[in-house]
Amino acid sequence: MNQKKSLWKIITGSREVSLLLILIVMLIIVQILSRGTFLTPTNIGQIFRNNALTMLMALGMLGVMLTAGIDISITSTLAFTGMIIGMLQKRAGFTNTFALFLLAALIGIACGFLNGLIISKGHLAPIICTMGFMYIWRGLAYVVSNNQWASGADVAKFAEFGKDGSVGPYIILIVAYVVFFIIMKWTTFGRRIYAVGSNADAARVSGINVDRVLIEVYTIMGLLAGLAGALSVSIYASAQPNMQYGKEMDVIAACVIGGTSMNGGRGSVIGTFLGALFYAVLAKALPLVGLDSIWQNLIKGVVVLAVVLINVLTQRTMDRAALERREM
Amino acid sequence: MKKQVVSVLLTAAMTAGMLAGCGSSTASTSKSASAGSSSSSSTAASSSAASTSTAASSNSVASGSTEAVASTSGAAGVGEATGKYALVPKSAGNPFNEREASGFQDALKALGCSDDQIIVSYPDNPTADSQITVIQSLISQGVSSIAVAANDASALDAALKQASDAGIKVCTLDSDVDADYRSVFCNQAGVKEIAQALMDAVYDISGGSGEYAILSATSQATNQNAWIAAMKEIAESDSKYADLKLDEIAYGDDEAQKSTDQTQALLTKYPDLKVICSPTTVGIAAAAKVLQDQKSSVKLTGLGLPSEMKEYIGDDDSHSCPYMFLWNPIDLGALAAYTSVALVNGTITGAVGDTFTAGDLNDGNPYTITENSDKASEIILGQPFKFDPSNIEEWAEVY
Repeated sequence: MNQKKSLWKIITGSREVSLLLILIVMLIIVQILSRGTFLTPTNIGQIFRNNALTMLMALGMLGVMLTAGIDISITSTLAFTGMIIGMLQKRAGFTNTFALFLLAALIGIACGFLNGLIISKGHLAPIICTMGFMYIWRGLAYVVSNNQWASGADVAKFAEFGKDGSVGPYIILIVAYVVFFIIMKWTTFGRRIYAVGSNADAARVSGINVDRVLIEVYTIMGLLAGLAGALSVSIYASAQPNMQYGKEMDVIAACVIGGTSMNGGRGSVIGTFLGALFYAVLAKALPLVGLDSIWQNLIKGVVVLAVVLINVLTQRTMDRAALERREM
Repeated sequence: MKKQVVSVLLTAAMTAGMLAGCGSSTASTSKSASAGSSSSSSTAASSSAASTSTAASSNSVASGSTEAVASTSGAAGVGEATGKYALVPKSAGNPFNEREASGFQDALKALGCSDDQIIVSYPDNPTADSQITVIQSLISQGVSSIAVAANDASALDAALKQASDAGIKVCTLDSDVDADYRSVFCNQAGVKEIAQALMDAVYDISGGSGEYAILSATSQATNQNAWIAAMKEIAESDSKYADLKLDEIAYGDDEAQKSTDQTQALLTKYPDLKVICSPTTVGIAAAAKVLQDQKSSVKLTGLGLPSEMKEYIGDDDSHSCPYMFLWNPIDLGALAAYTSVALVNGTITGAVGDTFTAGDLNDGNPYTITENSDKASEIILGQPFKFDPSNIEEWAEVY
């Protein structure tokens, strides 16, 4: 067991490492195809900024998916929160950036808490419960908007925070990832999430309050979706009721690419980061390499499938290796 | 245990049905509620439109004395409005569509319609599928006419044929369908006129030579594609534009995020780019923000909503868009209303050469149905309207 691991073992021994390698290979290809224009500081900054919403929400989705759940109401929560934030600025002239972010977080927490409560206490399948809220929050976003957008001058001061060149979005991302890394790795709460996802019955028997953990992960998901709503208004200087429509799939895809299992119990913050980054790089690279716009979605789908497939195969090799070791 | 699982699943499914049903009905009631409440706010908006227009242009919504205008001009008015008139906009929650709907409602009210004669039905999603559902429910409600801003050029064919077969008069506005399936198309501005205005703007802003790019909505958008094709044609047919080079047509799918990505990609890919032309409201706003934030030397023009673009329009280097164009959505909605009434009353059939007056629109002069490049009949609202630093403040208040 203590023998030095071969390079191949290291590569196939961890999904994160294999994903990192795929990412590096892709970056090299894109760098060549774009004739060296891809990896510039501006571009890298834009990759994070433009995908900050997906990256932020992927963290919450990781928590939810670790408990074998899913939340498809997140972009509706985002739109609902974003619309309230936007309209407060447009109609009420309320422009305190910090207070608006705080309010967005609170609304998000409330939305997420409802999800968690119904899923844990009402024993509803997560996809069904969140589907209901997906329609409800999106519908309410339209009600709040009353056929108006808040944009441009309405949100000018708030948009300073997320403006190109401002460090605001990066700080939120870094803080969120560091906090999550610590929680998942070193706290009992993090351990409990994994335990609930691996085997809820076993977790219950061993004294974990499963319902509470469920409520907590969905509440955190809501918090991040609410923050993403405020961030979206700030970055794009626009609040529209249809914002980020259908983008919850991008968030789920980022988690899955990052090695999070749909069956719960498996996934990591680093993997999620790499998965979200992979998705972000792909979205940025496709228009840059001179590919016709019409083909971009198709290529995106193919690449995502290929990566997940490679990832799953790696996982299987890993499992087999682990099993062999045990038999020895 | 198994039974329990089954019963749990069943309960879950039923609850899901209720939740989903509840969810969508929340959405739809909210939409109709907001449509209802918006009509009160729209009267205020359109009265401000009327007052603004006296200062800014002659574009204004008919506010009264419709009959008088109709009788003084030689052509036929639209007649009495006794039917039920429906409008199907492209999507809910969009100020442009909301203004279009308010123009439609106000014009019909000016013709003496009561509230239950005017139906504005927004689709749930900005897709053709959702519009088909809406059209089918309008058919069963037995409306007299349907005016639709199509989300797809051909996907609505079957539903619209069903409507015609049921004796409902069909016209289109904003974005057209196949000519066989509607009587006439209310065109906000002729395709050629828009393309010419955009091409001239690119020529003017670039100084007559250099590279430019187009940022469109989706690759299937009927109106976008028609304008872009006409722009290319104009560029090729006149040697004046020989020094302008079109680098790329990018598609931002009318999403802020994707349009931002695409704009940034254009800037990276084409260092010599001088002008971006974005003939779509979401695209132009996203591009304007990218260019202005980056303090880019690349300038922007296209079609945009004044209220969205107010911050970005200006002649100096700190603004990304010197000027842009659009038409008045309130007038477009009103034109669709007059056209619907005229079709239902048989004042016009939608054939080329038919004339009618539409209240105060076109300064009370009659509209004549013309033929477009595809040999289909259309009514052209007027010239595209230019928004520049001198008038943007006033118009931003209107829409």
